[in-house]
Amino acid sequence: MKAAPFAYVRPTRLGDVVAELVRADEDGGGKVIAGGQSLVPVLAMRLGRPSTLVDITDVDELKQVDLIDGSLRVGAAVRQRRVERDFRGVVPLLSQALPWVGHREIRSRGTVCGSLAHADPAAEMPAVASCLGATLEVTGPGGARRIAAEKFFSGAMTTCLGPTEVVTAVRIPLPRQGDGFGFAELARRHGDFAVAGVAVRVRTRGGTVEEAAVTAFGVSDRPRYRDLRDELQGAVERAGVDAIGIARELGDAVTAMADQIVTTAGDSHGSSQYRRRVLRALATRELVHAYQSSLEPPR
Amino acid sequence: MIDAVVNKERFVGQPLARIEDPALLTGRGRFLDDLDPLPGTLVAAIVRSPHAHARIRGVDLERARAHPGVAAVIGPEEVLTALRPFPLSLRAPMPYYPTGTDKVRFVGEPVAVVVATDRYTAEDAAELVHVDYELLPAVVDTKLAMKPDAPRLHDTANSNIASDRVFNFGEVDAALERAAHVVTEEYSFPRYSSTPMECFSVIAEWRDEADGPRVTAYANFHGPFSMVPVLTGALGISPAQLRLIVPQDIGGSFGIKAGIYPYIALLAVASRHAGRPVRWTEDRIEHLLASSAGSDRIMRFTAAVDAQGCVQALDVDFMENVGAYLRPPEPATLYRCFGNITGAYRIDTVRLRSRAVVTNKAPTGLNRGFGGQQLYFGLERLMDKVAHTVGLDPLELRRRNLIPSGSFPYATPTGGIYDSGDYEKALAMLVESSGYRALRAEQAAARGRGELVGSGIAVIVEPSATNIGYVGLATPQEERKIGREKSGSTEHVRVTVDPYGVVSVLLGTVPQGQGHATVARQVVADQLGLPLEMVVPKVDMDTSTTPWTVTSGSYSSRFSPLLTSAIVEATERIAQTIKVAAAVLLSADPAELELAGGNVRVATAPERSVKFRHAAGLVHWDPGSLPDGVNAALYAEAAFTPPEATAPSRTDQVNSSLCYGFVAELVQVRIDPETYEICIEKVNAIHDAGTVLNPLLIEGQVHGAMTHGLGGALYEEMAYTDAGQPTSTFMDYLVPTSAETGFPLVAERLVTPSPVTRLGAKGSGEGSSMSFPVAIANAVADALSGYGVEITSLPLHGNVIDALLSTRADNKRNEQPCP
Ligand SMILES: Cc1cc2nc3c(=O)[nH]c(=O)nc-3n(C[C@H](O)[C@H](O)[C@H](O)COP(=O)(O)OP(=O)(O)OC[C@H]3O[C@@H](n4cnc5c(N)ncnc54)[C@H](O)[C@@H]3O)c2cc1C
Repeated sequence: MKAAPFAYVRPTRLGDVVAELVRADEDGGGKVIAGGQSLVPVLAMRLGRPSTLVDITDVDELKQVDLIDGSLRVGAAVRQRRVERDFRGVVPLLSQALPWVGHREIRSRGTVCGSLAHADPAAEMPAVASCLGATLEVTGPGGARRIAAEKFFSGAMTTCLGPTEVVTAVRIPLPRQGDGFGFAELARRHGDFAVAGVAVRVRTRGGTVEEAAVTAFGVSDRPRYRDLRDELQGAVERAGVDAIGIARELGDAVTAMADQIVTTAGDSHGSSQYRRRVLRALATRELVHAYQSSLEPPR
Repeated sequence: MIDAVVNKERFVGQPLARIEDPALLTGRGRFLDDLDPLPGTLVAAIVRSPHAHARIRGVDLERARAHPGVAAVIGPEEVLTALRPFPLSLRAPMPYYPTGTDKVRFVGEPVAVVVATDRYTAEDAAELVHVDYELLPAVVDTKLAMKPDAPRLHDTANSNIASDRVFNFGEVDAALERAAHVVTEEYSFPRYSSTPMECFSVIAEWRDEADGPRVTAYANFHGPFSMVPVLTGALGISPAQLRLIVPQDIGGSFGIKAGIYPYIALLAVASRHAGRPVRWTEDRIEHLLASSAGSDRIMRFTAAVDAQGCVQALDVDFMENVGAYLRPPEPATLYRCFGNITGAYRIDTVRLRSRAVVTNKAPTGLNRGFGGQQLYFGLERLMDKVAHTVGLDPLELRRRNLIPSGSFPYATPTGGIYDSGDYEKALAMLVESSGYRALRAEQAAARGRGELVGSGIAVIVEPSATNIGYVGLATPQEERKIGREKSGSTEHVRVTVDPYGVVSVLLGTVPQGQGHATVARQVVADQLGLPLEMVVPKVDMDTSTTPWTVTSGSYSSRFSPLLTSAIVEATERIAQTIKVAAAVLLSADPAELELAGGNVRVATAPERSVKFRHAAGLVHWDPGSLPDGVNAALYAEAAFTPPEATAPSRTDQVNSSLCYGFVAELVQVRIDPETYEICIEKVNAIHDAGTVLNPLLIEGQVHGAMTHGLGGALYEEMAYTDAGQPTSTFMDYLVPTSAETGFPLVAERLVTPSPVTRLGAKGSGEGSSMSFPVAIANAVADALSGYGVEITSLPLHGNVIDALLSTRADNKRNEQPCP
């Protein structure tokens, strides 16, 4: 469990990060390292052998967290724990999800953007980004571009990022009036990757459902997004505000969704059948929860 | 019976904080990887088989040998030249070496060792070792491996069944014929481990001296030291040519590190080729792949039950999956609980069949509970089934079958002699503390509302202070040589007093975190009437200087029953010398003196006293003043040798342990009706381990053993694919963390002192690791009792329950619907 030889650089400017990645690309392939919480085990098990590690955590412009254009913009060197602690409640869904990412020790090093770039299908951050319609900012030798979260994840541990590109920040939209959120996951132990999980955003106006975004994770090769607006509105119309009634009325729609989007082959922690069961339960609970909290007056 | 009130005059029984902790908690522990005892030590990496079963057609070490920084590379050829197969615990044509030689038989089996300047270089070069494998079909399933046409692991054996023994105690068939009910079930217990924080660690040095080889080894090995002759047997040297040193701190083991000795042999050979000492520190992947684990066992239990629910006879069939080799002390897991196979019950008639089966999994070994978690999973699941069959509450059923109060010492049909206990009282305490009757009524009501709640009970006998004689049972009686019997449960200590009266206690007990030094200090201080500061325990094992025998080591909770007894014996002799010396100073008769408060005084006239240290000083400085014939010996060694630990009888009975404690546990669970997540709502436990030496430590043992049992019940499994690929990371091998162990626990204690140990203490390190898995399984089964599923294996979690309920739903669509 010792890494194969590699070179290590720690630039202080974004331009140098890209330049190093380009240089390394000609020489066997470089890798960005941020918090190292996913990459270091990969190196130690010799499952990956980059020729060069480009450490981005000393680049000042990547260390910023800003409120900008109705979004929380989190730079690529920002640790998960900092967002969790210093920006509590700013993006409620993010705040609900962060405590589920590993353990506090992991979050003290792991970055929000690193988690997105790593694209583990059972990870929380990609699901939050998908559910809220976040945008990734990316820089490469050809300049900067922006990618919608929905387009960013292209498969298990794969994204549309090029080998010489680096994620510089993620922009996560702030909540608006009439937004309610729900987040839940089931893992066998505290801090484990999810057997199945769900991030939910419901937007209502005057009691009418305008959006019901559901992103499931741990059940497919990437976060899976669905809009269940019509289904939730229908359930509310039939059942009123009674939680148990809405849950019952949502049953068929959520079952159908789970049947569609659970595509993982399953493992000893959860067969695909079991993941469907869990997703059904969690999605129903959280849709009801998000709907109800969307009706509460803003604090 | 002694009441459990703490005697404030004495240290024994008080919750003294561990003296080991300050160093450990501030990062000043001295584990083997922190030490550099042999200058110039090189570092090894091990090349391991990626295949479960393959013939080794050739091994090319040349590229690795040529890699810069590499000192030596050894493979099967060097191993075969230097070593003999390890002597096995029974006669079986299944030669075992520390590497594969003709074949590899499990994923992770060592094939070659690379010795280099550092671990990175060694791992780089390890990638250059080329092994030419011819793949063979693998078999990991115990029953499949027993079939005559199964892939054969060892070409020299004519089957994969390494050992097959049947033991009869009474007329089981007749009892089954007479029985009002015959209750039978097959259970399958999973393979899991303990994953200690510190993995295996070895430094070995081979030197050729004029009169033969010398091997010096450092290892975090903790016995049984019966493995020393096994090791030297492979090395072809005598134990006197081996010096094995165990560092003061070991980062946990729970039995697992007993399996380290093959690596000592392997690294000794590597050192011989490198011409330098060699260090190997096992990493976590290696540990999960190839260190050791408890065995997985298939068990068929059949009970002959009378109309009142009393079990008249038990028919037991064990099929133990020991992995690829019968690595000594295996097949000991099968026999460790031989004397207590009938558990806490009054069952006189027993038949046992014990088979040890080799498969393409890693070899098994000691793991906290050692044979107990397997046995009691079957026995205590069966008792629930018996209760169900006769229509009794599981607690009432157990009560009817318990060994009655007042019948101790109690002889079991298999040779066990339960030294003390009061099982009925313990069960009554459990009823009381859990509010059992009200609880059952509440649960019935909740189940009526569709809630999945239930409770499970386990009552078990916890053996401790193993009599290693039981290992002999694996060999048929007619093959056991007269005059070559094995028995014993001995433990040694050396106590010395310096010129200032400070007492040191040399502990060769190789603790791995249990707190031996803390308790030894309490016992010595009491025995010699000294303040704690005047007692200095020293943990040290060096086979060339520390007294030991083959039974030495830290296993089967030997410290509390055995080592403390040895301390009592040694300190009695010290006290005698001190009294003689004090008698000189006081002009008194030694017989009228007592030791208390750091003084030696006349019992009837305490004002006539001298300091303990002055008496000790006299022996050191002025032995000429001692009465004629008194030796100036302020050191004493004792080897506590209980006469109850004898070799198996000609009729195959054996008192497999010296002491037998008791655990009664009740677990309440709730299962989420949608996600099937299992939540432990409450645990009530009653433990009896005889005299309590230190309540703080015993509480830690209970917690730890429960956490271990929790792992086996709900989380951990060393699973293998059919092709023999194992779980190899902590992503899949889930160990419970502190977040999983926060369930409410009410633990109470009964004390029935052991008559066979000097302080009445029994072992207490394993109990709940034997009882908790089945108590949880019984609770889950109870919660699902309306749904027609049988719980016959572990681990249990949402995915498993989902599969159980859906198979049942497929089979019996017309019954009660699934939730
Ligand atoms: C014990 C443990 C438990 C964990 N549990 C969870 C969990 O429950 N849920 C969860 O989501 N995660 C979990 N993780 C993973 C953790 O959240 C990681 O921090 C995260 O996945 C990656 O972030 P990082 O900054 O550490 O990235 P690194 O490990 O540094 O990098 C990960 C990958 O992303 C790439 N990368 C990183 N940053 C960038 C960038 N800015 N641009 C381009 N590529 C980049 C790297 O090249 C690498 O391929 C766990 C980790 C551990 C060790």
